[in-house]
Amino acid sequence: MSANELPVTGGPAAAPLHTSIHGDGPAGQDHGGEGVWARAWRTLRKNPVAIIGGVIVAVFVLVAVFAPLLAPYGGTELPGRDEVRPTMIPGPSAEYPLGLDRYGGDVLSKLIWGARASLLVGILSTLFGLTGGLLLGLLAGWFGKWVDFAIMRLVDLMLSVPSLLLAVSIAAIAGQSSMAVIIAIGVVQVPIFARLLRGSMLAQKGQDYVLAASALGLTRRSVTMSHVLPNSVGPVIVQATLSLATAVIEAAALSFLGLGGGEPSTAEWGRMLTAAQQELAVAPRLAILPGICIAVTALGFTLVGESLREALDPRNRTRR
Amino acid sequence: MLRLIVQRLLLLIPLLLGLSILLFGWVRALPGGPVQAMLGERYTPEAAAEIEAQMGLDQPLPVQYGKYLLQLVQGDFGVSLQSGRPVLEEFLNRFPATIELTLVALIFAIGIGIPLGYVAARRSGSIVDHSAVVVSLIGVTVPVFFLAFILKYLFAVELGWFPTTGRQDVTMIATHPTNFYVLDGLLTGEWDAAWDALMHLVLPGIALGTIPLAIVARMTRAAVSEVQNADYVRTARAKGIKPARLRNEHILKNAMLPVVTTIGLQVGLLLSGAVLTETVFAFSGIGSFLADSVFAADYPVMQGFVLLIAVVYALVNLIVDVSYGLIDPRLRRQQ
Repeated sequence: MSANELPVTGGPAAAPLHTSIHGDGPAGQDHGGEGVWARAWRTLRKNPVAIIGGVIVAVFVLVAVFAPLLAPYGGTELPGRDEVRPTMIPGPSAEYPLGLDRYGGDVLSKLIWGARASLLVGILSTLFGLTGGLLLGLLAGWFGKWVDFAIMRLVDLMLSVPSLLLAVSIAAIAGQSSMAVIIAIGVVQVPIFARLLRGSMLAQKGQDYVLAASALGLTRRSVTMSHVLPNSVGPVIVQATLSLATAVIEAAALSFLGLGGGEPSTAEWGRMLTAAQQELAVAPRLAILPGICIAVTALGFTLVGESLREALDPRNRTRR
Repeated sequence: MLRLIVQRLLLLIPLLLGLSILLFGWVRALPGGPVQAMLGERYTPEAAAEIEAQMGLDQPLPVQYGKYLLQLVQGDFGVSLQSGRPVLEEFLNRFPATIELTLVALIFAIGIGIPLGYVAARRSGSIVDHSAVVVSLIGVTVPVFFLAFILKYLFAVELGWFPTTGRQDVTMIATHPTNFYVLDGLLTGEWDAAWDALMHLVLPGIALGTIPLAIVARMTRAAVSEVQNADYVRTARAKGIKPARLRNEHILKNAMLPVVTTIGLQVGLLLSGAVLTETVFAFSGIGSFLADSVFAADYPVMQGFVLLIAVVYALVNLIVDVSYGLIDPRLRRQQ
């Protein structure tokens, strides 16, 4: 059903990325025997957009990893509980650089711990989606015929429901917790990865080098595993990077809809935005700060993903 | 053309059957099962047994599914636990609001996205080109509900240019023959009611339309960049054709096909985004009702709305596919 094709990045049309049976294939011809990944890395290092994205991602990851060292207070601590009144939420001060929220939590600390929560949701849900999608895509691409048909119809079904609704439905089954959010976002990504990998494996299957490998007497398993699959992963890696951005946004959306579970004062960016709704007129910073964190993080992953796609696209390769 | 439409409609049947099986299983997979979900804190074993018998939940699964399917075919999507009214009625009452909102969002996205993408491609490297890139980045990285917050804060709370919530001023007395509030006002001649409803649509429409705007601008830019360097465009220019004609008949017409596909695909995104946007602006469409039913564990509404929204989504995509033929005569012949 072509109607449900998602605007997947890279796409099945993306040509061979790592075409080397042993040594060099078509991809290696124009630049010595240099591998595709080495070439991509060389392009990325010179691309200012990729560098900006990379720096954002690096800062985000460092903040998330070193949250206990960086944050003045713990993620669940409410140091200013006695200073907050319903009508008065203290703004930035020497003690609380970004002010307090309505529960008496230190906003700076919560933002820092929120980075950790976002990173965790992003990585785990993308891994979930990637694993599920790879499994389905691999099964479909390998067996073909009715297995392929059955899997692709399941994928169509999942894509026929708008992503947020699918995520909400899954989170409802999985119960209200951060794990439910991770599973929900992961499942939503499964059909995207499955379709992407299948398309890209199908494109590879018709290539001459695959025929050559089969003609040399390689088993189907080793043709699939050591030739077709490695050459099909480029678009998948690009999609995974972009998925990290989507996951951060969708996780915030699900918590915003109240599906994250836990205390309302949890140090999580989406949750902070929900809580800030009531003080929009009094303390807009409470909504703006976590919103900016979500947007900048998503921007970082998007920039890296887009530059990676550009670097891996054989059409952008310049002969020298 | 007709054959294509019938073909595509027939393909909808297996899709809906599959979805109904998934949704049937979904309710049974809810924590504690449907009865627990329905009773919530009022749960007692006796009450549960009574409801199970009443709803036929004590029968074998295939029988239950058969009954569910039979009800669906008859347009019976169950009863909302929050309001006690049929799910289909709740859906149809609120759907016009969401259509209005989605249309405003699409008009915003297309009306700005296509010209922006076009100029960006024609003047590659100019300020317009750079701003198009920035707009498309904002569109994919800023969460819809955050954007909705910001718009609401700036233009409704601080500046007071637009209303903060709802579909129409609560003090406004207006009749609603169709439930499309803007249309209602125009039909009945209540101009101020129509204007008020339109003002209520502006901010949610912009918030919802920003992501599609980004995607449409980007697609248009890519398509126009490719088409404008085609041989036939160079030939046309060499023949001394007027710039306006070159733009409309040679470049835009040929660049529109991928853009139309993209616009069709945005509908799913718009329906997802409507849940969030409608919630922020307390706009009573299907999105905010669905969000409420998530809070209230109103599973018949969730089940029914997901199915109905999938039908809407599939029909929109069908229309998009059919419209290819109208845009591209080459495809018409193939069909």
